[in-house]
Amino acid sequence: MTTATATTSPTVKATISKYLPWAIALAVMFAILFAMSWDSRQTEAVGAATVRAAAPLLLGALCGLIGERSGIINIGIEGQILLSAYCGFMVSSLSADASLPTVISLILGVVGGVAASALVGFFMAWCAVSLKMDQIIAGTVVNIFALGFTSYAYVQGRTQPRYPNWTVPGLSELPFVGDVLFNHGPLTYLAFFCVVGVHIALFRTTWGLRTRAIGEHPGAADTVGVDVARMRYKNMIIAGAMAGLAGMLLIQSASAFSRNMSNGKGFIALAVMLFGRYRPLGVLGAALLLGFFTALQSQLQFNQAFDIPPQFFGMIPFLLTIAVLAVAGLAARPPAAAGSPYEKE
Amino acid sequence: MADQQLLLDARGLTKRFPGVLANDSVDLQLAPGEILGLLGENGAGKSTLVKMLFGIYKPDEGEIFMKGSKAEIDEPGDAIELGMGMVHQHFQLVGPLSVAENIVMGAEPKRGMFFDLTKGEEQVAELSQRFGLAVDPKAIVEDLPVGLQQRVEILKALYRGAEILILDEPTAVLTPQETDELLQVMRDLAATGVGIIFITHKLREILAVTDRVTVLRDGKWVGTESTEGATQESLAELMVGRSVVLRIDKDDASVGEPVLSVHDLRVRDDRGHELVRGASFEVRSGEILGVAGVEGNGQRELVEALTGIRPANQGKVTIGTQDVTKASPRTIAEIGVAHIPEDREKDGIVGVYSVADNMVLNQYFKAPFAKGGQRQFAAIAENAERLVEQYDVATPSIKTPGKSLSGGNKQKVIVARELSIENKLVIASQPTRGVDVGSIEFIHKQLVAERDRGAAVLLVSAELDEIFSLADRIIVMYEGEVVADMPAEDATREQLGLLMAGATD
Amino acid sequence: MIERLRASALLPFLAVILGLIVGALLILVAGKNPWVAYSAMVEGAFFGGNAFGRTLEKATPLIMGGLAVAVAFKAGLFNIGGQGQLLLGAAFAAWAGFTFDLPMIVHIPVALIVGGLVAALIGAIVGGLKAYRGTHEVITTIMLNFVLGNFTDWLASRDGPWNDPEGGALARTPLIADSAQIPRVGGLPTGFLVAVGLAVLCWWLIERSTFGFEIKTAGLNKNAATYAGIGVNKILILTMAISAFLAGVGGAIETQGVTNRFEPGFNTGLGFDGITIALLARTNPLAVVPAALLFGAMDAGSSLMQSQARIAPEIIAVIQAAILFFIAAPTVVQYITRARNVSSEDDGVRLSAGWGG
Repeated sequence: MTTATATTSPTVKATISKYLPWAIALAVMFAILFAMSWDSRQTEAVGAATVRAAAPLLLGALCGLIGERSGIINIGIEGQILLSAYCGFMVSSLSADASLPTVISLILGVVGGVAASALVGFFMAWCAVSLKMDQIIAGTVVNIFALGFTSYAYVQGRTQPRYPNWTVPGLSELPFVGDVLFNHGPLTYLAFFCVVGVHIALFRTTWGLRTRAIGEHPGAADTVGVDVARMRYKNMIIAGAMAGLAGMLLIQSASAFSRNMSNGKGFIALAVMLFGRYRPLGVLGAALLLGFFTALQSQLQFNQAFDIPPQFFGMIPFLLTIAVLAVAGLAARPPAAAGSPYEKE
Repeated sequence: MADQQLLLDARGLTKRFPGVLANDSVDLQLAPGEILGLLGENGAGKSTLVKMLFGIYKPDEGEIFMKGSKAEIDEPGDAIELGMGMVHQHFQLVGPLSVAENIVMGAEPKRGMFFDLTKGEEQVAELSQRFGLAVDPKAIVEDLPVGLQQRVEILKALYRGAEILILDEPTAVLTPQETDELLQVMRDLAATGVGIIFITHKLREILAVTDRVTVLRDGKWVGTESTEGATQESLAELMVGRSVVLRIDKDDASVGEPVLSVHDLRVRDDRGHELVRGASFEVRSGEILGVAGVEGNGQRELVEALTGIRPANQGKVTIGTQDVTKASPRTIAEIGVAHIPEDREKDGIVGVYSVADNMVLNQYFKAPFAKGGQRQFAAIAENAERLVEQYDVATPSIKTPGKSLSGGNKQKVIVARELSIENKLVIASQPTRGVDVGSIEFIHKQLVAERDRGAAVLLVSAELDEIFSLADRIIVMYEGEVVADMPAEDATREQLGLLMAGATD
Repeated sequence: MIERLRASALLPFLAVILGLIVGALLILVAGKNPWVAYSAMVEGAFFGGNAFGRTLEKATPLIMGGLAVAVAFKAGLFNIGGQGQLLLGAAFAAWAGFTFDLPMIVHIPVALIVGGLVAALIGAIVGGLKAYRGTHEVITTIMLNFVLGNFTDWLASRDGPWNDPEGGALARTPLIADSAQIPRVGGLPTGFLVAVGLAVLCWWLIERSTFGFEIKTAGLNKNAATYAGIGVNKILILTMAISAFLAGVGGAIETQGVTNRFEPGFNTGLGFDGITIALLARTNPLAVVPAALLFGAMDAGSSLMQSQARIAPEIIAVIQAAILFFIAAPTVVQYITRARNVSSEDDGVRLSAGWGG
């Protein structure tokens, strides 16, 4: 900023990488239409599974996005998801034991899970803001703790009530789209509302303006009276709540907790965030893409359509992430202040 | 009781840092519509003083009155509330955000629960028209040239209703024209009743625009004078505390063969802009070639290309008889090129390394400092002891981490490291920036000694005074091109100023 | 010297104590007796039968994982992928073990080096992506953990090329040749000595060699390193390769000294243990050995703790997370213990600086 440079024209590479996720998403859509004309039931199954698989990634990525936009790198999403799944499950299970109505125990579970993850968000903000700890290490602490604690405290054999499926009247009758989009658990819908909500909040509210500022140049925000530390705390708690919902989505689909059930989703969510270029709508595209691969993998495995070992399908999202970052990584500029504590003068 | 006519009346402000008395009972008054110059050398305590006024530092002693009543300023927010605005030396702007977003942030117009950007843009447009500070509210800040970014900073303060504007070294990064424009903006603002505190160490600017000037030296208030009747010499004497010798004594150059030849060199920066555009020149043994120019005209990229750090796009660089256009930094250094980098904190010193390790950074891999891939600590220590003595580095020990030395001593460590070996070519970039007067003199003498020994010296400096006192020959860089090449004795300050500003002939 | 040692060992010591206290609190909450639990852990780690041998055995891959992280740290790199690199090393050492037929004196080192080099190749790729594409190594190594986990899984699976024909449905490789097995001497695993030897080598490399000086300079100040003529990109690639090599050799020692074949999924979580151990050792390669021994002892003692005190062994991970937290937050330790000067200012580990490189 101190050197005089003329206006930058965006390079071709930046343009490509900006629209890459969208181009891919579009290509996927055409692929779906093509597949539909071939075997509509399987395509519907894959479509619905894509949405289901994308939802937790979406929320995990939003957690990372809010944190990083505010200047805090969060690699503890994995731990937050796992911990909230455990806590939410336990709350639901215990409240069902206490013969509370199913709806109440499910709601309590969601509240419990979200609160647990929000608390972890607060902890990470404390580490990053007040203790000025290295943020990668803080995230690692969360991951080790979550895996250790949930495995330590988990007792097999517990159950909890199932989540209902909500079909949207009318819309769910539509061909293809109905089953793919409008026949899901309540939290899945919530996940997609969150994307829209975060997008509007980030780009249309003062909260969003200030959030973007403290992640880029906290000093500038500070000099106009924005309380950087307070805002980072607040945002990490909100972000934690998002990851908490992601954890509850896992419970929604499995109806029970199991050891290490997050199984890397928090890390894939990080990749989704990077792939989505720190933008909620970009994250939506990236999550759907990776969700699609996950869905396709299980469908092909189920059909035994190809003789490809399942392990290779398991690698796809991770290899894809590395490839995308290696190709487009430089163009996706992270918030400038992400990773470093703000030192007030 | 304090004078109600004064916008600002600070009395006896004192600030201590561990081991340093940064401000010792400093007084400062500012009236509405007045431009007050705050003059002092680097490290004289100007920044500390305004940071206390603005609530960034808390004074250990002293009081601040605003419009006659005592002001409690605990943080910048309080200062802004009280009608103060500050344009920091390093802009406090969020690059990827728009001009309007930057200006209204913290006091955003709203529509319902949403941020009303359209209204913000209107307000900014209105404001920029009222004060004659033209800037596009929708432009993205990081795409703007420095001069315009500075305008955004000023508008930011005015948007918050600032009556007092503090400008911290605002001209350091500007071209001469931009500087002139800024001085005009300051006059216009003052005419509307805004009081301005203008920090600089450039005497000409003080004389051009201020009404009064307060001078600091070593953290102490040395005087406040009316600018009318002051001269550069009188101000310089107040600032430095003795009459300043502008030229150091040196013998005539005994110029020999060309050591460095640069032919049609073109270099791009990280963003792909061509910042050096066909530069050609020579430096011969036994002469100091001064490269004058406003910062950002390609000097940094030129030096980086010459030292092998940045690839050249086109052209040819020869040192002695060897083509080094594509050579690595190591190869170039081994030919016998010393390099004093522009940004010593970033490029010259490894902060946590000891003085001893920093002094072998360019030779750690060679005998006697290494044998068979193993470092030889006895030789490294001996070298450091010798250089600390010889170059008069003030350090508690050779084991002291580099980062705890003062700016001048860090620079001496670098100078010692680079000049302790006999080199053909010395490339010195802004060698005395932010360095105390004593060290400046020492470093200048070292450079002249190198020249007298027969080395070729390339001196890049944004300070014309430095160029004039050292160089035997001067080239001027403007927008990546060498626009003039002349013997130092033929050059005048006015002529160079015009060339640096891009005036043709 | 004594003073310096005291100062630098104080924080890790206090962090371990505080971590154990956190664990004790959790045990108390579960209505059990921490004293009984910890006594059982100590007994299981050091006394009776082959307890100490098992501690050394557990500590061995931990030393390697810790060294991998510590060496990378010196170049400012965060290798969070010890897990994947270790699995890769273990699998390829197994392959070299059951494929070749060589005299023991050659076979053991060959298998170790094969395991290490394959992992090093992955490390070099990670370093190259960082150097030339700006892809952050934390992301690539995390992602590669999953890729390599799946890959090695497949190698040993029923569809895989290295499946044990006698194993039925089991996913595992054949036993390695006797000549590739690292022998035990008097019940003590020799692999441990290999790890200690490598720790000493790493120490020499970092603290005494000019190459180590280049690594540290690149890690501390990339610009100054470039100005000093150090090829920073080359250093990033080499250091990451060395780091992954160490993790890979850790896996190879596990295969050749303990399991004698490769079975997918062993030693999960080792990559994260390596981070904690490296930080506990304050990234000093020599101090990695005692830090790894401590973690190895906890690991080895946890099964006796489970059978005697009915505490799930996963409590160890919670304790380790707490230790990592306290190590990284000296101000908290200082506040709780009222100890003075638990850390000097250059101890602050600072790695995260955006993903953009």
